[in-house]
Amino acid sequence: MSTTSATLFDKVWDAHVVRKIDDGPDVFFIDRHFIHEVTSPVAFLGLESRGLKVIFPEKTFATADHNTPTINQHLPVQDPLSANQLKALETNSAKYGISHWGLNNPKNGIVHVVGPENGITLPGMTIVCGDSHTSTHGAFGAIAFGIGTSEVEMVLSSQCIMQPKPKKMRLNVHGKLGKGITPKDVVLYIISKLTAAGATGYFVEFAGEVFENMSMEGRMTVCNMSIEMGARGGMIAPDETTFAYIKGRDKAPKGEAWDKALAYWKTLKTEPGATFDAEHNFQAADIEPMITYGTNPGMGMGITKHIPTARQIGGSKASYDKSLDYMGFHEDEAMLGKKVDYVFIGSCTNGRIEDFRAFASVVKGRKKADHITAWIVPGSHIVEQQIKEEGILDILTEAGFQLRQPGCSACLAMNDDKIPAGKYAVSTSNRNFEGRQGPGARTLLASPLVAAAAAVTGVVTDPRELI
Amino acid sequence: MAYDKFTVLTSSAVPMPIENVDTDQIIPARFLKATERKGFGDNLFRDWRFNSDNTPKQDFVLNNPIYSGKILVGGRNFGSGSSREHAAWAIYDYGFRCVVSSFFADIFKNNSLNIGILPVTVSPAFLDKIFKAIEADPNAQLEVNLPEQTITILATGEKESFDINGYKKHNMMNGYDDIDYLQSLKTEIQSFAAKSMY
Repeated sequence: MSTTSATLFDKVWDAHVVRKIDDGPDVFFIDRHFIHEVTSPVAFLGLESRGLKVIFPEKTFATADHNTPTINQHLPVQDPLSANQLKALETNSAKYGISHWGLNNPKNGIVHVVGPENGITLPGMTIVCGDSHTSTHGAFGAIAFGIGTSEVEMVLSSQCIMQPKPKKMRLNVHGKLGKGITPKDVVLYIISKLTAAGATGYFVEFAGEVFENMSMEGRMTVCNMSIEMGARGGMIAPDETTFAYIKGRDKAPKGEAWDKALAYWKTLKTEPGATFDAEHNFQAADIEPMITYGTNPGMGMGITKHIPTARQIGGSKASYDKSLDYMGFHEDEAMLGKKVDYVFIGSCTNGRIEDFRAFASVVKGRKKADHITAWIVPGSHIVEQQIKEEGILDILTEAGFQLRQPGCSACLAMNDDKIPAGKYAVSTSNRNFEGRQGPGARTLLASPLVAAAAAVTGVVTDPRELI
Repeated sequence: MAYDKFTVLTSSAVPMPIENVDTDQIIPARFLKATERKGFGDNLFRDWRFNSDNTPKQDFVLNNPIYSGKILVGGRNFGSGSSREHAAWAIYDYGFRCVVSSFFADIFKNNSLNIGILPVTVSPAFLDKIFKAIEADPNAQLEVNLPEQTITILATGEKESFDINGYKKHNMMNGYDDIDYLQSLKTEIQSFAAKSMY
């Protein structure tokens, strides 16, 4: 790959190939490995049964998030199975010399929130974790993607995985976003156009004015959802916004090391002569606040629109009908005004400080609708602290909301934060699959602004009417 | 973890003509709490397979005794969603060794290959033929031939080729996994790491 035709993705990928195998995958070196309690225990068992060690323990970071309660974290975890997984993470980390941020550690939080906020995630890195939303870290110009537990064992024992190089896709969004249009709307819009499998087999680069003007929090939201269009990951070229975010963070390079790193990071961009296997262009002006109506993230639409018909969507009508039936919706219905039961703000998609600022901007001076149950869950203790320091907690309390403690929470409902069967939740998380937020739960994915509008009105509401 | 070698599999198949079967359907998150890899097959497709009182849902295909076999045939975009290898474990543990679809999600496909399930991607037209063959005869036999890279509907003789990279094919046919291979490259990896800026 000559330097005049390399993409950002090529540059980072090619710098990490230890060995190429004919008619096979690349032996691919991993700079940072995050682990959590759910997808790592079997990998550690594997190491033990083979008698292997962790090759570079300083390149792996453990945090507890998937299973953790979001209230009373100072008490012992009630569910014995969850407690057992949390204990296993702690024991395995200690045994192999891996840094571990367990419950009640001030650095604890959702893996894809704590990595960036502590400066562990840096441009040009390769980053993996046994979690598909590892794509989040691509916001920094890193190649970051989710892996299975067998691969977790590979990284622990050899710092490498066997990975064929994916195809390349560029998604450009031109122009400027309108009032009330957030990064979540941008990515839900793209997924609704490409479908939930539209980028399968590709690694995506997000480019264009909209992403250049976006904050790091926003870029993380977008890259986080890359997997929801089927892409292994998504990335955005690092720029001054990226460098300003990283500088001074706990584990970021300092002094001379910073200068050296910065000089390298500035080379991490797609060259003008580079080509992609696929490329799509979108206009910011076409994007409204988005909401999903079905059971995969591709089933999303502008909040003022009507639910499309199976014929408009194409594909299997039986699958489409099954999905709407699960949701209790019909073709050609409006979403505005539909009653909502639960509101969830949080997750690795929208659990950062900017998301809570957005939520607070709508609920300020208003009251939570009486019938709404709201779960407000920061992505980390650092975010929780910021919420308190910035006065957001006061706004939330005044409006009748309570703040919970950090964790993955109702995004995947492994802990007690489960939406009851048949109930509707406007959720800032990433997946609206059947039962994702609890057996029978009905999820409407949306931005923090749409979630806030639903929380105060009790129904699906266009947030532009409230801001 | 070692798995059985895969060469030629001849079996009836279980049809699941649903698109976008995601990993939360294959194994819901609340069943991911084990610290060992066992028993995941019991909760395969848990919420499609069982009512909330744990009685079987009669209309779900895995509860229909006329369908059985080591091959699962799914609709387009099978395995989308989470990276949980538990989804592949549940399918393997239940007794499937091969999943056929017209399109697989990337991570699921990778996980399957790593644990000894062969994901076979066929054309939409051939997938339709398989569903029709099973509809005509629930015991219709499929032959999945890994050395030849073909899948055949034995009743009609209709056949299609499928792709797999040579490295993974060799591993599947011999029951090898990547960890042993990577261990053999340890010195090379260590010298690579020594040059890394991170």
